[in-house]
Amino acid sequence: MSRPIIEAREVGFAYRRAPAVLTDVSIEITQGRGVALVGESGAGKTTLLRLLLGLATPTTGRILFDGDTLAPGDRRRMRSFRRDVQTVFQDPYSSLDPRQSVARIVSEPLRSLGLLRDLPRPERRAAAGERVAAALHAVGLPEDAAGRYPHEFSGGQRQRVAIARAIVSEPRVLLADEPVSALDVSTRVRIVDLLAELRETRGLTVVMVSHDLAVVAALCPQVAVLERGRVVEQGDTAAVLGSPRHAYTRRLVRSVPRLPARPA
Amino acid sequence: MSVEQALVGAPDGEGPKAATRHVSRSVTLTIGCVLVGVIVLVAVVSLFWLPFAPEDTSGGRLMPPGAPHLLGTDKLGRDLLTQLMIGARIALAAGAGSVVLGGAIGIVAGLAAGFATRWLDDVVSALLDILIAFPTLLLAMLVAATQAASLTSAIVAIGLAMSAIVARLTRVLVKRVLAHDFITAARTSGTSWPRVVLEHVVPNIWPTVSVNLALQFGLAVLAEASLSYLGLGAPPPNASWGRMLQEAQASVFIAPVGVIAPGVLIVVLVIGVNLVADGFRDVADPTRRRRR
Amino acid sequence: MSLLEVAGLGVRSADGRDLISDLSFTVDAGTRFGLIGESGSGKSLTALAIMGLLPPGMTASGSVTLDVPGRGRTEIVGAGERLLNRLRGRTTSVVFQEPLTALDPLMRIGHQVAEPLRRAQGLRGRALKTAVTAALEEVRLAEPDRIARAYPHEISGGQRQRVAIAMALACRPALLIADEPTTALDVTVQAEILALLDGLVSAHSMALLFIGHDLAVVSGITDHVLILKDGKAVESGAVLDVVNAPRHPYARELVGSARELDAALDRLGEGERS
Repeated sequence: MSRPIIEAREVGFAYRRAPAVLTDVSIEITQGRGVALVGESGAGKTTLLRLLLGLATPTTGRILFDGDTLAPGDRRRMRSFRRDVQTVFQDPYSSLDPRQSVARIVSEPLRSLGLLRDLPRPERRAAAGERVAAALHAVGLPEDAAGRYPHEFSGGQRQRVAIARAIVSEPRVLLADEPVSALDVSTRVRIVDLLAELRETRGLTVVMVSHDLAVVAALCPQVAVLERGRVVEQGDTAAVLGSPRHAYTRRLVRSVPRLPARPA
Repeated sequence: MSVEQALVGAPDGEGPKAATRHVSRSVTLTIGCVLVGVIVLVAVVSLFWLPFAPEDTSGGRLMPPGAPHLLGTDKLGRDLLTQLMIGARIALAAGAGSVVLGGAIGIVAGLAAGFATRWLDDVVSALLDILIAFPTLLLAMLVAATQAASLTSAIVAIGLAMSAIVARLTRVLVKRVLAHDFITAARTSGTSWPRVVLEHVVPNIWPTVSVNLALQFGLAVLAEASLSYLGLGAPPPNASWGRMLQEAQASVFIAPVGVIAPGVLIVVLVIGVNLVADGFRDVADPTRRRRR
Repeated sequence: MSLLEVAGLGVRSADGRDLISDLSFTVDAGTRFGLIGESGSGKSLTALAIMGLLPPGMTASGSVTLDVPGRGRTEIVGAGERLLNRLRGRTTSVVFQEPLTALDPLMRIGHQVAEPLRRAQGLRGRALKTAVTAALEEVRLAEPDRIARAYPHEISGGQRQRVAIAMALACRPALLIADEPTTALDVTVQAEILALLDGLVSAHSMALLFIGHDLAVVSGITDHVLILKDGKAVESGAVLDVVNAPRHPYARELVGSARELDAALDRLGEGERS
């Protein structure tokens, strides 16, 4: 087994003068073995995701990137971390700046991470345009989307724009926080299909917070179940959700609403 | 601060009426430009040409409109049109000066407070509240006490008072923008904080702040008028519309033009600036510019 | 005779767009009817129209009649506020998606639950207090006395939705309208709330109009469904018929989407068994 890209090692997190949000959480994310973080609201899923994204520092334990502790002070390493680890949010109405064109939104990682810095200045714009066009094409948006603004798109299309931004730097890992739960059912399936396709074609490892076990089953080969800030069960998705051992996991699997059975 | 709340809480124009309103927006911008343009033109002309010398009191007191005094004279026998033209210059200077000063201080302070962590934010907010509770006139008197009463001291006083209001508004707006996921997305894209401010925060708070500044411009014109009346504004013979109003009050029934003319001009300028700001916001806002 | 009869209902916005057009369905006493649609389909507007609670500027046309045995037949469209107020709570009652907005944040839960009980049943003092406790117990809230003393923000989302249900049931309405009542909740809590609604509706032989976007959720609790798209009914019928043999392309797409997600879960179970 290859070395994990991101690893949380015995991570704990607490806000000042508050009970711990996370306690002793260890999770490994290896190439192609995406992990779904499931659990009730308040279980600490989103906090864990923020730690894995380097947006907050754990109170105890360590977050490792390519085997070394992630240090926010090391700018060069943070840049390669940011390039390799991108994110998609739950609410596509909040995650796109309403005052920027889609081209500008999608190209933000290219500019901020200085990915086109090696090119001579005049060629940068053209290169950025090509990268944006390629990313938009990959998420199934028309070419003319680049010149338009977020409010001109539906929720599902906005989520595609957000995904385009997340893949434009050609990351290895995509950390997504409930990427489809704000979308309508039919849109939801299309975005899940898109993420599955990107996973195959780009070797993207998808790590995701989700309460929707069907989405989890479709996208992530591994599951970690969190309850009150602790991982109570983790392993292969089929094993954990197919025959859950922990009481909470069992309740979770039982609770998934299902369509009435098809007549035999 | 009902105005502030109204601005902060105002919906972004999404809704069934937005489309029809959009059409009339360019009309309001045009009307606003015309109104402000007229005042600016008058002010510019006053720099080169005036019908009479400002100190000329040869026209007789409280003359009705006619030749050679088109709008008549005031109670000292000065030409009213001349006074009004000079007043345009003062009003614009007072409005623009305080908006630039108050806007600059207010926006910077508001950005700082918006980004501040918990305790620092509390301290800044408390300071702002104290400053806002402080009457503008009292502040003006304090400023005037340290310097001589002049247009500059009036502008400094009004600007300082304004900066607190602008800062508080900016702080709220910054906090609201920072709560959006696109800020987090910018950070995970490696965007530095200064660039987050320039590329995301400022463009998103500017529409509301600029409209508020236009409103403040109008209030500054009015505040300057009150300060002049108290002898804390531009000293004579620099006629201010506000002082003209106050001076003509006593003779309103004998010479109504002396009250009506400066009053109308104040209203024209205040409304004009607001229309311009409102219209300009829509032109600058992609969510209103392109609608399908 | 039908308890609720919606016939040719249309809702038009202030700027003249048709948000709902020519919608007809009936809900008989004691039955469960599901309205399914995605955002913007007009499903929540339908609920508001039935309650006579359309936002200002919107106009309803067609007919919505409520016929409660012993209380006579009432036309909702065009009815006056006084008449509607008499119906709300007693004949029909709603549970909304977000219980936090349905509850007054500055009022203790006990007072809020007491309000409809006091108005409808004229209870006072000790009897009222007992009734509040009973109402909270009925929605399976453990420690009803503690909950009654709490403010809305002090209890969980699931508990708030239980409180909202208790308030909706206070006057024993003939028709309970549930508008996406579990969308904001965790999956496990959703299952509990659905089970609770299911039990209460049966126990009081109420009719249920359940509105939702999730086919699996709605089909689990209702026996007849209607699928709305862009304010128009595209398909309706018995749940099993619609789910197993959808006719309209949109209905087929919805069922297909739900089946696709279901299949991902089924594969897990199979993988384990083999």
